Amino acid sequence: MMSEKVTHIEEHRDDAASKLGMWLFIFTELLLFGGLFLVYSIYRAQYPANFHEASLELSVTIGAVNTIVLLFSSMTIAMALTAMQKNNKKLALRLILVTLLMALVFLVNKYFEWGAKFHHGLYPGSDLMALLERGHLLYFSLYFFMTGLHAFHIIVGMILLIVVYFKVKNGSIHFEKYFLLENGALYWHLVDLIWIFLFPLMYLIT
Amino acid sequence: MSNEVNKIEYVSYLEHQGRFKGLKSWIFATDHKRIALLYMYAIAAFFFIGALLGLLMRFELIAPGETIMKAQTYNGLFTVHGVIMIFMVVIPGLSAVFGNFFLPILIGAKDVAFPRLNLFSWWIFVFGSVLAVASQFLKSGPPDTGWTFYAPYSTTTGTSVIIATTAAFILGFSSILTGLNFLVTVHQMRAPGMKFFNMPLFPWAIYATAWIQLLATPIVGITLLMLIAERLFGIGFFDPNLGGDPVLFQHLFWIYSHPAVYIMILPAMGVITEIVPTFCQRKVYGYKAIALSSLAIAGVGFLVWGHHMYTSGMSENARWFFSLLTFIVAVPSAIKVFNWISTMYKGSIDLKPPFLFALAFIFLFIIGGTTGLILGSVATNIQVHDTSFIVAHFHYIIFGGMGFAFFAAIHYWLPKMYGRLYNFRRANIACIIMFIGFNTLYFPQFVIGIQGMPRRYFDYLPQFQTGHMISTIGGVILIFGLFYMLINLIKGARKGPKAPANPWNGSTLEWQIPSPPSLENFDEPFEVKANPYDYK
Repeated sequence: MMSEKVTHIEEHRDDAASKLGMWLFIFTELLLFGGLFLVYSIYRAQYPANFHEASLELSVTIGAVNTIVLLFSSMTIAMALTAMQKNNKKLALRLILVTLLMALVFLVNKYFEWGAKFHHGLYPGSDLMALLERGHLLYFSLYFFMTGLHAFHIIVGMILLIVVYFKVKNGSIHFEKYFLLENGALYWHLVDLIWIFLFPLMYLIT
Repeated sequence: MSNEVNKIEYVSYLEHQGRFKGLKSWIFATDHKRIALLYMYAIAAFFFIGALLGLLMRFELIAPGETIMKAQTYNGLFTVHGVIMIFMVVIPGLSAVFGNFFLPILIGAKDVAFPRLNLFSWWIFVFGSVLAVASQFLKSGPPDTGWTFYAPYSTTTGTSVIIATTAAFILGFSSILTGLNFLVTVHQMRAPGMKFFNMPLFPWAIYATAWIQLLATPIVGITLLMLIAERLFGIGFFDPNLGGDPVLFQHLFWIYSHPAVYIMILPAMGVITEIVPTFCQRKVYGYKAIALSSLAIAGVGFLVWGHHMYTSGMSENARWFFSLLTFIVAVPSAIKVFNWISTMYKGSIDLKPPFLFALAFIFLFIIGGTTGLILGSVATNIQVHDTSFIVAHFHYIIFGGMGFAFFAAIHYWLPKMYGRLYNFRRANIACIIMFIGFNTLYFPQFVIGIQGMPRRYFDYLPQFQTGHMISTIGGVILIFGLFYMLINLIKGARKGPKAPANPWNGSTLEWQIPSPPSLENFDEPFEVKANPYDYK
């Protein structure tokens, strides 16, 4: 779709501008996590042995399941966008719902993963944490901080997609005007992308 | 978009009747001009609060020992003064007020790219500011860390650091959204025929600033979040007792906060670049050099943060490298100064108030800039690190630079914003009083700084008393000048004589439209010039 430059205030619509704005916002999100990746790499270099031992505590299976779930959800939201472009509203709505369901599965998984840690007394500020070796403490602090912030982004992404869902439903997003859906999908891909980095850093590299 | 001339009756944006009436028509306005004024009123209020806190600090320092307040109160005061002035005044300052008002007009647009996001940014700004001010009155006492929140003190002190850092985080969010809005505006909303190199230089400066806002602010955001988490859960990112690294905090903090200095000063340079050609009636000298030097400052500015940390424990190599980069970043700033002065050469100089303020800016900025090089070289830095020399240098750049540029901008654009003129003679007098007051206030701090007066101390050795005394007198003169200027401006904006569309004979787009502009800025066709400064 070609977008024409509209400078009139009554019809304030410029799809290219909206998309550019979303991309810029995504940069800021990447930099937000970039700061954390930096801190992670510094402490990994400082406490390699502790990080190695601590990462063995995480379940690669749960992490891998969640990775697949998120990748799948990225695919369904991309399909929803294509369905919208082809004016198939019904399919688009269903695919957005599938995406939301996947997001929920991810969160439930995360809940059980965190719950198990909490059950063992391993959570930020706990007495057990204070007894851990420094490297272990930093690893688990980073684990909770990074996955927590990521989970927060999942929730924000879900809210965004729920809004998009109802806008598709009431017709204010349609096949000629779908930049909100596109931006929601872009944001969802970002959430997915960050997990793609988190998963190896936390679970796989030992 | 049609070329038909549809006669729209001219109604200024100040009188335009929209969806809401009264106060609501302002606080829910999506018009970039109204939002700019909203920012200006908020920022002006915070500025005067911050300035009065600064004056209180000066009174405390008029004599050694406890003069008017306890040491802990003084710690709270310099923190509050710093947080208010940095996060609520100078970082949003020029770009949120004049960027909002004039960026769209100067590039021939009817508004910014996302008007509702613009309003949202203002609301976030207000929310963050309220939190920041609230942190001063909570039971645990005002934060006493300084605006830099250095760990590990900030992770252990009992004062309300969490509220203050949350406020800074929220204000940062507002800054990011404003920057994002302006970037998209410059890319997408330029009038037909206006290429990047046809833009006036203020939009160029705002554009470069917006990139810094967008790319640097998330880093301080995550740093402050980590600090909050550390305080809440004892995580130990930065506290050496828990295995953390306080120098890491300093790195993360300055990765943002050094570029933030350019968020403050770049728009100021942009303002001066608009004023100098207008009052010399000369084509700006070296248009492309000025435009690109803004981008150069923004780019290199990301790589010099280490010069705040020469004494914090960095390797020798890191120190000389940061020092080298610091000297490099001075080059584009110097280019601008040379270009302003070359623009004046053989111009027909008209010494009206905006130009007088611009001259004061150039003078003060040169002092601030060259003392920055003393701080940028490792050997001299270690001598004056954490002394009042830093305080003086910083205030010369930020108050003498950004502050005077703000005053220049308001004197330059007030006729356009309100459609009225102020009293020129009083404006000139105010400028001279403030210039004298400013130098009397801050220059002695260079001297006692070199002699060893530490910054952030509420007490000092008797040998520094003369310097402190002169400095406090300067502070009183400066505050007097500020209020004198403020009263003159308010009187002018309310009851001054009506301003013509182009009172300064300027050539950029804002002078082609009526004063004050209508809601959509451009009701009639306008000319986009290849060179925005086409004086003879």
